[in-house]
Amino acid sequence: MLRFILTRIALVVPTFIGILLLSFLLIRLVPGDPIEVRFGERGIAPERLAQLRAEMGLDQPLYVQFVDYLSHVARGDLGVSISTKNPVLSEFLALFPATVELGLCAMIFAILFGLPAGVLAAVKRGSIFDHALMSTSLTGFSMPIFWWGLLLILLFSVQLGWTPVSGRLAALYYIEPVTGFMLIDSLLSDEKGAFLSALRHLILPTIVLGTIPLAVVARMTRSSMLEVLNEDYIRTARAKGLSSFRVIGIHGLRNAMIPVVTVIGLQVGSLLGGAILTESIFAWPGVASWLIEAINRRDYPVLQGGVLLVASLVMLVNLAVDVLYGMLNPRIRR
Amino acid sequence: MPALLEIRGLTVEFATSRGTLRAVDHVDMDVAEGEVLGVVGESGSGKSVSMLALMGLLGSNAKLTADRLAFAGTDLLTLTPRQRRKLVGKDVAMIFQEPTTSLNPCFTVGFQIVEALKEHMGGTRKWRRDRAVELLTLVGIPDPGARLNAFPHQLSGGMNQRVMIAMAIACQPRLLIADEPTTALDVTIQAQILELLTRLQRQHNMAMVLITHDMAVVSETAQRVQVMYAGQLVETRSADELFTRPRHPYTAALLSSLPEHAERRARLATIPGLVPGIGDRPVGCLFSPRCAYATDRCRGERPALYRDPEGLARCFYPLDDSGRPEGVAA
Amino acid sequence: MSEAAATPTPQTEPVSAPLTPAREVWLHFRQNKGAMVGMYFIVCLVLTAILADVLAPHSPIVQFREALLVPPAWQEGGSWRFILGTDDIGRDILSRLIYGARLSMIIGFIVVFLSLGFGVVLGLTAAFARGTVEILIMRLMDIMLALPSLLLAIVIVAILGPGLFNAMIAVSIVSLPHFTRLARASAMSELTREYVSSARIAGAGTLRLMFRTVLPNCMAPLIVQATLGFSNAILDAAALGFLGLGAQPPTPEWGTMLAGSLQFVQRAWWVVTFPGLAILLTVLAFNLMGDGLRDALDPKLKR
Repeated sequence: MLRFILTRIALVVPTFIGILLLSFLLIRLVPGDPIEVRFGERGIAPERLAQLRAEMGLDQPLYVQFVDYLSHVARGDLGVSISTKNPVLSEFLALFPATVELGLCAMIFAILFGLPAGVLAAVKRGSIFDHALMSTSLTGFSMPIFWWGLLLILLFSVQLGWTPVSGRLAALYYIEPVTGFMLIDSLLSDEKGAFLSALRHLILPTIVLGTIPLAVVARMTRSSMLEVLNEDYIRTARAKGLSSFRVIGIHGLRNAMIPVVTVIGLQVGSLLGGAILTESIFAWPGVASWLIEAINRRDYPVLQGGVLLVASLVMLVNLAVDVLYGMLNPRIRR
Repeated sequence: MPALLEIRGLTVEFATSRGTLRAVDHVDMDVAEGEVLGVVGESGSGKSVSMLALMGLLGSNAKLTADRLAFAGTDLLTLTPRQRRKLVGKDVAMIFQEPTTSLNPCFTVGFQIVEALKEHMGGTRKWRRDRAVELLTLVGIPDPGARLNAFPHQLSGGMNQRVMIAMAIACQPRLLIADEPTTALDVTIQAQILELLTRLQRQHNMAMVLITHDMAVVSETAQRVQVMYAGQLVETRSADELFTRPRHPYTAALLSSLPEHAERRARLATIPGLVPGIGDRPVGCLFSPRCAYATDRCRGERPALYRDPEGLARCFYPLDDSGRPEGVAA
Repeated sequence: MSEAAATPTPQTEPVSAPLTPAREVWLHFRQNKGAMVGMYFIVCLVLTAILADVLAPHSPIVQFREALLVPPAWQEGGSWRFILGTDDIGRDILSRLIYGARLSMIIGFIVVFLSLGFGVVLGLTAAFARGTVEILIMRLMDIMLALPSLLLAIVIVAILGPGLFNAMIAVSIVSLPHFTRLARASAMSELTREYVSSARIAGAGTLRLMFRTVLPNCMAPLIVQATLGFSNAILDAAALGFLGLGAQPPTPEWGTMLAGSLQFVQRAWWVVTFPGLAILLTVLAFNLMGDGLRDALDPKLKR
């Protein structure tokens, strides 16, 4: 098992190097002088330009610069934001929990509803439920996320007034950020009603972000389950006199889950793309909206650092999914 | 004394996109306590489907009707699914053709055996584990303690079939249905598995229904034989009688097409034609299109099962001792 | 002795003449009602795009200063002059939607053309060349897939600058790995077949092998992916437009029409609803058709 994990990690290394290369080249790909791009200034005096260039080692050959960049990254120095003058890494770490909280809730939402729906649709194949599920899930991932968010806001926040329009917490509360997860922090603080406020703020963004994963998980579970239910070992399980619940829920699901886990892992990547749009609509103060701001403001150090961090995280999640897959499927472990 | 298994008039129909397929057509079957019954037939004869129907393992597109379907006096037709589950896997067990795919690849062999024990017998965890080891020893698996933690894909086909058998007999069933248990295995392993089955059958006085298309398998293991064709029961008598004096032309044709019976240097005898499918079910006797002795009566009228001194045969002109239909000159 | 009389057995089903593969696929496709609906919708959409100049009641960029935020015709305050209402600077929404259809079709077509074209070339090259070339290409694809697609598109647009054309390039690049992988996988499984070996022995050069011999047999999954790629292209371009990175105003791209519309959610629901609805229906139609194509082509895939 350990060897399996190590081989998987080894496979990921080239990709990681590629990501480092990409983020390194990012600033150099942008039209314009790298220094001006880096500092966000135009028309720097030539002597100052030359001085900065020497300081930053931009007169060195490219590979030397790359090594230099790597050493910076290893030390956690990802540059400084042009607009806020804060270190990129610390800004990222401050905003990251918000995105994670949203993403986690969305994923839980997707699995919580998608998995049983898919199983039910497979077991009751051809029924009304099955057809309804297939149509709604198809609609679900044909939906532009940003429009879905707007629609839900229109319905629930404006027309019905049940949910707030934006942000993570009602303005009248101030919560000390302990973990960065609003749900946990609001429970830890003694502000009454904060937790509920945090929860209410979380509902719509979770639904919006989780809709596409929900549709994908439901469909994948259904088709995987349909295949599994035709297998011989299901017949054997029934021949042993096991209850339907056990046959489907344990024998069936365990096997059906295997491709679903892979799909869930792949969804994490697209979840981040969706987070960009969701955070934008709901003014959710997370990493994704930070990146969009950076683009609009030409804050390239933030973009460079952000891309590196995000891509690395997605890579790690995919690695975790790979390992999980190996645990679930004994056949590929050897 | 009533038979352990009593089936009368079992009919199974499948709704397919091209029409209704009658896979089992008014089949009768009796199995006595401790008896070994062989069920032979080609693919499409309905031999497996009838047993799957008995176990309740058919899908929702199957329609099952019977005049009588009883096990040890209990009427299976009126059981609730929960009551049926108490019977299946405990008093009636079944093993299948492809042992490796019939076991769940995600769980260890030990887990799957213990699961059967837990469902029907209860007991403590230790007892179940010990019993699982005992069962694996019984079916001839070496180093059973270690094998409990093996996954099915780590074992050979023959070993997996042994595991299947262990799982099936775990709760001391009174009837074991073996659906082509050796077809997917190597020839050398086949003999071992068959020997194991007959030994277990004798030791526990377990009734056994052995489904196969291989006449050789039946000749060695069965006491009584049923021959099925196109969903119908066409002949049944004791094994000795069947092999020396078959009455139904189909049985005779089956026997003569065995390579062992072929004369040297002559072409192997075959039965011309194909088993009828959905669209081409004959009006008369189902075997008449392929029967060497078919008459107009055969082609126009469906024969019933006619009783003779040693058994039953579904034929208007059953074969006599010389192998020709009665009343037909040589 | 028995007579060799004709047996009165029921007739077997008549066997019709064998169908050409294309006809077979079409018949199978026709049975899928959803796919047919999708196809009809797309046909209507294409016609709308072509005939936009004729169909649209107004120009998409003209501002009617006296008619700001007019509700749709059936609501109070609306008029039949602006059937679906107007936006905050007085532009007719229906006309914008119609011209937006033309834009979406162009976007989808160009993106699919580029990513399919380059993807196929790269994938086939990887499958045929093997060795370092293959590893290089596939690793590059892996890196591109390591980033979430929208993020990668945003990064590319950040480098190139916002605008519809750059957005299309970005989306094409982002879709590239999918086609490359698919082409390579299909090609690799075809390469093991005998007809390839016999073509090689007959002296076919590599290029000819790649494009004339192997490619036609890989088309089925590529066609399905192309249909889905069309819908993804529209979605991604709309997302970029929404973020202000794609088509810039006053271009009537559906996503751009939704940019900054959050502020109108309370007083002008039609500004928010209709462009998104257009996107949804179009993407849905393509997905339905793609699903139907996949099912229809599947029995052939399994051959």
